[in-house]
Amino acid sequence: MDKKMHPTPMLDELESGPWPSFVTGLKRLAGENPMVVDLLGQLETSYRTRKGYWKGGTVSVFGYGGGIIPRFTELKDADGKPQFPDAAEFHTLRVMPPAGMHYSTDILRKLCDSWERHGSGLIAFHGQSGDIMFQGVRSENVQAAFDEINELGFDLGGAGPAVRTSMSCVGASRCEQSCYDEGKTHRTVINSFLDDIHRPSLPYKFKFKFSGCPNDCMNSIQRSDMAVIGTWRDNIRTDEALARKYFAAHGLNDLVNDVVNRCPTKAIRLVKATEAKAGPSVSMVKLSDEHALEIENRDCVRCMHCINVITGGLAPGADKGATILVGGKRTLKIGDLMGTVVVPFMKLATDEDREKLVDLAKRIVDFFAENALEHERIGETIERIGLVNFLEGVELEIDANMVATPRTNPYVRTDGWDEEVARINAKKSQAA
Amino acid sequence: MATATATPRRAIECGVPDNTSFLHPVLKRNYGNWKYHDRPRPGVLHHVSHSGEEVWSVRAGTQRQMDVHTIRTLCDIADTYAEGHVRFTIRSNIEFMVGEESKVAPLVEALTKAGFPVGGTGNSVSMIAHTQGWLHCDIPGTDASGAVKALMDELYHEFIREDMPNRVHLSTSCCEINCGGQADIAIIIQHTKPPKINHDLVANVCERPAVVARCPVAAIRPALVNGKPSLEVDEKKCICCGACYPPCPPMQINDPENSKFAIWVGGKNSNARGKPTFMKMVASGIPNHPPRWPEVSEIVKKILYTYKEDARPWERLSDWVERIGWPRFFEKTGLPFTKYLIDDWRGSRASLNASAHIRF
Ligand code: HEM
Ligand code: SF4
Ligand code: SF4
Ligand code: SF4
Ligand code: SF4
Repeated sequence: MDKKMHPTPMLDELESGPWPSFVTGLKRLAGENPMVVDLLGQLETSYRTRKGYWKGGTVSVFGYGGGIIPRFTELKDADGKPQFPDAAEFHTLRVMPPAGMHYSTDILRKLCDSWERHGSGLIAFHGQSGDIMFQGVRSENVQAAFDEINELGFDLGGAGPAVRTSMSCVGASRCEQSCYDEGKTHRTVINSFLDDIHRPSLPYKFKFKFSGCPNDCMNSIQRSDMAVIGTWRDNIRTDEALARKYFAAHGLNDLVNDVVNRCPTKAIRLVKATEAKAGPSVSMVKLSDEHALEIENRDCVRCMHCINVITGGLAPGADKGATILVGGKRTLKIGDLMGTVVVPFMKLATDEDREKLVDLAKRIVDFFAENALEHERIGETIERIGLVNFLEGVELEIDANMVATPRTNPYVRTDGWDEEVARINAKKSQAA
Repeated sequence: MATATATPRRAIECGVPDNTSFLHPVLKRNYGNWKYHDRPRPGVLHHVSHSGEEVWSVRAGTQRQMDVHTIRTLCDIADTYAEGHVRFTIRSNIEFMVGEESKVAPLVEALTKAGFPVGGTGNSVSMIAHTQGWLHCDIPGTDASGAVKALMDELYHEFIREDMPNRVHLSTSCCEINCGGQADIAIIIQHTKPPKINHDLVANVCERPAVVARCPVAAIRPALVNGKPSLEVDEKKCICCGACYPPCPPMQINDPENSKFAIWVGGKNSNARGKPTFMKMVASGIPNHPPRWPEVSEIVKKILYTYKEDARPWERLSDWVERIGWPRFFEKTGLPFTKYLIDDWRGSRASLNASAHIRF
């Protein structure tokens, strides 16, 4: 196949320089696939005119309502004929990645072979939502392309007003900070929502993300409607050999400036090694024969900083689980929102624990489906109705960990106060 | 090319695949049992398990939008120099895992020779989280992959080294929806003029009440234009956000001349030290100038190198600004502080200085 290349003087400039060039990759594909020749033609036109030329539409696979992003060209001549006909249809398949985005070369090669047969040969690892994006397929080939990917064990992700594709961090598979099995949890939760992924019928999108610790490598707090962030309840664990190794390499100045002074709650104290001791809520580690650290774990907010600096010397505790936050999103419509705490801690050690998480997620998505306005994210719903109404709706108890501060204005009717106190006390004595 | 089958096959709704068969054997054996890690050199992570087993991961940058040949090249490298297992990071870097230290150097060399920069670990500038742009989105004001390629060419040396005070995450977004996400430094299209409406098309293409509801400032109202039902925009109210454009493409917001770039800084998702922070707009009015967007690179580099010079160890960009204060940030970077950078959206009073804390 040698369809003549269109001149691409502007894109050509993106072939030089040390970073790998997607233009060079596209040109390689263009040698075999006329679709990519025309894709380059349209892209060069965009570079010249500074305009986009794709429009959406409806394309799907049998049985699913979402997961394909349809793209039809709008770059047409006077008679309405596409200027770049071989790329007139250039749809994307959003495909859910395995947890932690691990692959064998064997599966990658199979995915490549299949996509070369049915599509353009262009694949993005990965979209910002986590999807493997198989970019560029004609309408008539969408079903066959999906069928093969599906036979390889992969499934379409979300698009539109649906539960969306999710991501989890590398976590337990290769990170010492991991506080739960991110991969298993990710898979268990998402695979409980396949109907809501494949058949979009929510008010708007709903995203889950899974990070194994408060470093939040998946950016779940800012980018997901429900964030599952690993944490622990007991004391920070210590390893004297590794702590001594850090100290030997860095010395006292770094220790004070980089570790002790940077603890956000001043939970860490530098003490004489001879006087240092661990306690029920105090972690202690000797750094040398002279110096030791004591951490008051009741003051520690599990920010991860000291653990990141003295990795291994300090480590998350053993009583691990996760904090659940709800409502993170970017600007549209009411402004940026961070996720905020709705469950300070839950265990995620067993299948039973994970089922409890699924159950909570279902209650939240159901509440969202029933109460959100069209095109409203759950964070916006909570902003509109107040956290307390949301918590009641999803049957969660309030907790002082859910606020940065108690209210700062008196605009509230409090004549239910005594009953509320009585209810809380009754609940407490029942639990005791 | 294959055609669709006559009777469509029913999908196997298998959802998220099980990753167990893709995991490197050392990762599988030590799942949940890792003890610590260190970085023998930029681009290489060395993890040690409580069992005593070790694994080395070599990280390399990719162009994210990859042709199958590039992916096969990476697979060839993984099969020849590594052990057949790879993973991708959230920033589109690829990682190759090996169980023996002696394999690291040849692997690094093979990657470098094939044109994949080894780095992106620790205190480096990692790959830019980015979006689709002109290549595939239906609403972009600019490109994504090209802008990223141009900028990463300039930041190549910061990717392969670990010379920053702390890690630096960048993102780019080709509309204000900001799929690229929060970052230490983010580059985002900022429209500066209200949408231009093609009234002939509105009635056919747009669900008018839905479009009216989409506007964050209630600037859109239904109207009859030239006898046809259409929409009109109160241009005094309009904040040029572009939210009306996806549901109603005849409300064209992209404008080759007037859609500019804005730069935002100080987004941090990690809880380390202070709580997570949103990024703040610090520059705007930067021209959309393909194929290499030199004006954008200029400002990004100015901010980046001022931070590199001035921040203390472990300070992310947001931590640095918290210490030196915003006046000094603008002074040191030479960026003008204009009235457009004072927030007036809901809750904006929280961004004002409600104290007598002034640095001199
Ligand atoms: C027609 C409208 C839209 C289209 C075509 C679209 C398309 C996309 C695409 C292609 C991605 C993946 C980008 C990539 O990784 O390369 C994406 C991600 C994203 N989109 Fe949209 N989008 C649209 C509307 C919106 C709206 C209205 C919002 C916000 C209110 C939004 C928020 C996001 C966010 C935050 C991401 C990043 C995902 C993440 O955080 O994991 N998008 N979008
Ligand atoms: S979020 Fe925590 S557990 Fe997960 S990869 Fe990052 S540091 Fe490791
Ligand atoms: S993890 Fe705890 S002790 Fe360590 S720096 Fe953060 S708050 Fe302080
Ligand atoms: S940032 Fe905007 S233009 Fe770019 S891919 Fe996302 S939705 Fe499309
Ligand atoms: S650009 Fe934004 S503010 Fe202006 S009319 Fe459209 S939605 Fe409203």
